[in-house]
Amino acid sequence: MAHEEIAPTIYGLMAEFETPDALVAATTKARLAGYRRMDAYSPIPIEELSEALGLPRTRLPKLVFLGGLLGGLGGYSLEYYCAAIGYPLNIGGRPLHSWPQFIPVTFETTVLGAALCCFVGMWALNKLPQPYHPVFNVPAFARASTDRFFLCIEASDPAFKPDATRQFLEGLHPLGVSEVAP
Amino acid sequence: MAEPTSHHHPRVAAAAAADPALAELLARTPEVIAPGHTFESVTDSIGHLVLSKRTPIGWFFGFAIAFVLLMILNVTIAKLLLTGIGIWGNNVPVGWAFDIINFVWWIGIGHAGTLISAILLLFRQGWRTSINRFAEAMTLFAVACAAMFPLLHTGRPWLAIYWLFPYPSTMGVWPQFRSPLMWDVFAVSTYGTVSALFWFTGLVPDMATLRDRAKSRTAQVIFGMLSLGWRGSARHWHRYEIAYLLLAGISTPLVLSVHSVVSFDFAVSVLPGWHTTIFPPYFVAGAIYSGFAMVMTLAIPLRKFYDLEGFITMRHIHNMTKIMLVTGMIVAYGYTNEAFFAWFSGNKYEEFMMYNRMAGPYMVFYWALISINVVMIQLFWFRSVRDNLPLLFILSLLVNVGMWLERFVIIVMSLHRDFLPSSWDMYAPTRWDFGMFLGTIGLFLALFFLFIRFLPAIAIFEVRTMVPQAKLNAEHHG
Repeated sequence: MAHEEIAPTIYGLMAEFETPDALVAATTKARLAGYRRMDAYSPIPIEELSEALGLPRTRLPKLVFLGGLLGGLGGYSLEYYCAAIGYPLNIGGRPLHSWPQFIPVTFETTVLGAALCCFVGMWALNKLPQPYHPVFNVPAFARASTDRFFLCIEASDPAFKPDATRQFLEGLHPLGVSEVAP
Repeated sequence: MAEPTSHHHPRVAAAAAADPALAELLARTPEVIAPGHTFESVTDSIGHLVLSKRTPIGWFFGFAIAFVLLMILNVTIAKLLLTGIGIWGNNVPVGWAFDIINFVWWIGIGHAGTLISAILLLFRQGWRTSINRFAEAMTLFAVACAAMFPLLHTGRPWLAIYWLFPYPSTMGVWPQFRSPLMWDVFAVSTYGTVSALFWFTGLVPDMATLRDRAKSRTAQVIFGMLSLGWRGSARHWHRYEIAYLLLAGISTPLVLSVHSVVSFDFAVSVLPGWHTTIFPPYFVAGAIYSGFAMVMTLAIPLRKFYDLEGFITMRHIHNMTKIMLVTGMIVAYGYTNEAFFAWFSGNKYEEFMMYNRMAGPYMVFYWALISINVVMIQLFWFRSVRDNLPLLFILSLLVNVGMWLERFVIIVMSLHRDFLPSSWDMYAPTRWDFGMFLGTIGLFLALFFLFIRFLPAIAIFEVRTMVPQAKLNAEHHG
């Protein structure tokens, strides 16, 4: 019950590491110790962290496929409307629905739909832009975008206990452990 | 044996251990990044260019030249909008000249940026990492220059809105989607948009780095906003990497389609010299060829004046030269093909078109084109040439001249000798044509100078992944 009184006062506990290896090892151990509400921060993408954190597969590829599909259908329908309904021109009796001529633009709108969906979708799923986040309250965190690696176990984790969690993090041989103000 | 091959793929290193000849070849291959770099040194040496308060004096000098040219562009556009496109040299039968030559030239230059950022990423070419950012910037600026020509050659760009963009107007008129010119509008605008999205996505983690390292409050706020609050979370990186790969996968067919569509502007017509099926691949190869020449033109001074030789190494220079050689040879094959089919078709208009190129009034341009794009590029076979930076700089400029001549040869030479000899005429550009062309070079250079001063010219986070520190050591796991 102790953590419920502590929870509003801190966001979590953050350990700082020097190498990507140490961060991956620490994250794996934290997950094995039963922590779930945690995140790892690094200046470079580290594939192994997704596994260590047990991240589910992202929905992004499906969204991008959907975006491409809508873009393609939208582009083709637009062309059909313009050429056959909105402004039909009889050019030597050729068919109004001249589909081969519609392919290049359909391709481009497919690409546009997919790319826009990918861009907007990725940022939206990541909940960015986000003007404020507690992790920035830790002064050492300024190096998370240069050469330091961080693991933050959040106070909202059911397994979080201020003293025990701090001890656990210190057992991982970090450069330091700091409290994260909310 | 192990030492010189250490920066290679394990499988390559294993093969080298078994084959001394391969090992020797690998030992002679320059590294992708100078040895001894760390996360900190990489971040510092690239971030410093942006965060430093001191602007090099050479930068002001270069920017001043670009700015003068940019002002020429402004004057030319003002004159054009006030007077009309009659100030240009093109007139029947040469209805397309500098406007389309320069459009195709610029859009082609842009292609190398996307090739480097997307196609080489999919092919896991690690060396692309330190040149992709400024090559992508080059793409964006080149597309901006390119787009100006078709827009302004309408004479009344504000009317072009209803000719080109499908929107419900009170006139009830809709654009003609059976025209390659409409395909072009969609291809180029999609290309510009997707390139900008890709570029910005790549910039975000670097904006976070600059935000955290900036000393001045203004820089912190600006980079803070541009970084979108990026904090390097593993959950974010996970989606980010997938999005980056997806965007690369999407951009790959896109970039191939853009110059194919540009070539359709010609190939779909019935003019001798334009109406050929070789055009799409031949145009795409030419685009990449000229684009790499422009990347080289920018990279050689950039690495020298900004001490980036540790990031843009001789490996990059060699690889880019080899790509220019390959794509240049594809272009040369295209020229051979055009000449062969002009003869093999048995069509007298096609035969005359080729004869006119080789021995007509503009033959100087044709033979200049052949001497650059077919003969001169054979120099790239030699290692001594690939190692000679001043020479490579000049050759890259010449390649861009050659590719400009190619578009002149295709566009003007096919138009000025019409089917009817009574309408034959000669074409000569006016000073406004040159003003517009020089002006876009000014716009391009001015944007590029601003870019290298205010944004990281090399992708910091991607280069970080290349230093030895970033390598995970398997035994530490679990």
